[in-house]
Amino acid sequence: MGTGSKKNLTTFIVDVVRCNLRGGLAYGLFCLALLACMGLGIYAYSFQARFGLAVTGMNDIVSWGFYISNFTFLVGVAAAAVMLILPAYVFHDANFHRVVIIGEGVAVGALVMCLTFIAVDLGGPLQAWHLIPGIGIFNFPSSILAWDVLVLNGYLLLNGLVPAYILYCHYRGREAKEKFYRPFVFLSIFWAFSIHMVTAFLYQGLPARPFWNNPLLGPRFLASAFAAGPAVITLILAVIDNFTRYAIDRSVFNRLRLIIVVSALINLIMLFSEIFKEFYFPTHHSSSAVYLFFGMDGHDALVPWIWTSIGLNLLATFVLALNPGKNNPRVLLPACAVLFVAIWMEKGIGLIVPGFLPSPLGEVVDYLPSWVELSVTLGIFALGVTVISWLIRAALIIEEQYHR
Amino acid sequence: MSATDQGQPGQHPLDDQTSRRAFLKGVAAGSAAFMALGCVPGAASAAGGELRLRWQEFFKKNYRLMTEEERRETVARLERLAAVDEGLQVSIGCEPPLPRVLFGYAFNITRCEGFMECVTACIKENNLDRRSHTQYIRIFEMEPGHLDPSAGDGRFFHEVPVENKFYMGTQCFHCENAPCTKACPTRATWKEPDGIVVVDYDWCIGCRYCQAACPYFGRRFNWAKPEVPQQEVTAQQHYLGNRLRPKGKMEKCTFCIQRTRKGRLPACVEACPTGARVFGNLLDPDSEIRYVLTHKKVFRLKEELGTEPKFWYFID
Repeated sequence: MGTGSKKNLTTFIVDVVRCNLRGGLAYGLFCLALLACMGLGIYAYSFQARFGLAVTGMNDIVSWGFYISNFTFLVGVAAAAVMLILPAYVFHDANFHRVVIIGEGVAVGALVMCLTFIAVDLGGPLQAWHLIPGIGIFNFPSSILAWDVLVLNGYLLLNGLVPAYILYCHYRGREAKEKFYRPFVFLSIFWAFSIHMVTAFLYQGLPARPFWNNPLLGPRFLASAFAAGPAVITLILAVIDNFTRYAIDRSVFNRLRLIIVVSALINLIMLFSEIFKEFYFPTHHSSSAVYLFFGMDGHDALVPWIWTSIGLNLLATFVLALNPGKNNPRVLLPACAVLFVAIWMEKGIGLIVPGFLPSPLGEVVDYLPSWVELSVTLGIFALGVTVISWLIRAALIIEEQYHR
Repeated sequence: MSATDQGQPGQHPLDDQTSRRAFLKGVAAGSAAFMALGCVPGAASAAGGELRLRWQEFFKKNYRLMTEEERRETVARLERLAAVDEGLQVSIGCEPPLPRVLFGYAFNITRCEGFMECVTACIKENNLDRRSHTQYIRIFEMEPGHLDPSAGDGRFFHEVPVENKFYMGTQCFHCENAPCTKACPTRATWKEPDGIVVVDYDWCIGCRYCQAACPYFGRRFNWAKPEVPQQEVTAQQHYLGNRLRPKGKMEKCTFCIQRTRKGRLPACVEACPTGARVFGNLLDPDSEIRYVLTHKKVFRLKEELGTEPKFWYFID
């Protein structure tokens, strides 16, 4: 790419887009499938735009559902990029340096999904400009949601601009000046923790919801994120390693496995601690947990969901920890996928929905997402996968040319 | 247009409805060419005028930042749009809080017999969505031995009163230290100087964080566009009160702000056949509410949260 002698910002962007439009048949089909999913999402959203959020499964009792669940989970995936940045920049691991850019691509994609989930969850998306300081009113620092808007967009900027600067330098055949971007890299390390803590505080700060109003929520968010995020990054790295010429050192996979195992174990310890607190001496503050794990008043939609999640979580954690295949990717990669799904189940629906049940007036309903919510969610995931694959493809091609 | 609308500040001569009718007729006749050329002055300017109203409505400020002039303008626009869109003649007020007034509410659990007249009156007065059966007030049938509505039955459907049961009503408690207003990311909900917690429906973005933050289930969301039969719409409205809400916005009990700021009682208090509901000015030492607070054994729900509701229960 970039055959001309003149390489500037315009040709950079054009070349990035161009390299993503080229590709073999398999890549073409992959893009087509993603496009179809996004089309379905837009079609489903048109119903929501016309008839309001009434076309979702949400109601006054369960007032946040599948959208906010996925948002919460994906904040963790975005934050997990720090688990590649940290070894690369703090411990100067050269092999990790090669994959940092991939982690940042995943973070940008996850954040795009997060912000889209928030946007589709709004009752008045056209009024979203009321949030913009200057033309709107930003209830800062009182509202934790305002904090969340701030930290998520800040993290998106950091994870977008730093790699863009490095890639742009490499694209022009120059070395990126580390003293320029290094402060921002370290800022993004702290910022990664902040996006997840702030998102946890969103729930943790509500005394109205005893299930969330729990000091363990923030730390547990971090632990589960640092398990699920690196798990999905491992899968992406394995795909890159197998299908491109961009070789990834085995030591990266081994170290990621350790990170996942430690985080997943801490997560399980905290889960056990929560379950102990809720059930050793159940109070009326435990009723959400009772609903989640055992059902209440004949409503038990989440009971199979949460037990499946816990079962998968235990299975995957033990496989990753005991490593029965001696680093055999055929054992570890499925375990990563299972762990990712288990944490998605638990930290999405399994965390958000029971927070609302029973309602403050003691009423219980079962929440099931409607086809609109499922389709819009599928569309947003397709958007995220597109963003991630485009960014990583462009980054790898530029890096390959630069190093050659 | 109604006579009350004539001469409203901010009203433009182009916004007059006769020309709008001409415009609609033009469309009905299928004269798209007229529109394209803009050669019917009445038609083109009416469409432009209506568009301009919607444009101004879309870009208006938060109610609290509006000058009195701007408030009158938006109210005039809303009245006109209600006429254009729904064919309704409504009168929307923007009365400010009365000086030296702090509203409070007390509920006599000995007297309430669960007739639900208050619920019906509230739905009617506040133009609540009939399709989803939105209710600001909930009445719970309680077994002796409990004083928390979450232990009661909020969906009872039988003859009342029932022997050895008592009834507790809930609604927005207008907390002095309200968790909902703290949560709102755009300050679309706040506590007015007279103690009423209100929502600026047009400033709300519909994120529902306030609903998650409310420990009393006091807030209701417009999941769809609310439906109220035209002949049942209460026409005397307030910007922060019972005016028709757009879809995707939060709403809640406003102590009938459209009535109470004019010295009237909330609809629920007026409708209660047993006299279980007491409403008044907490700053007036001679008010009935002050009498109840001084002489009865009162309590509030979830005191441990420190929300300081201005809604007390009491026993005779």
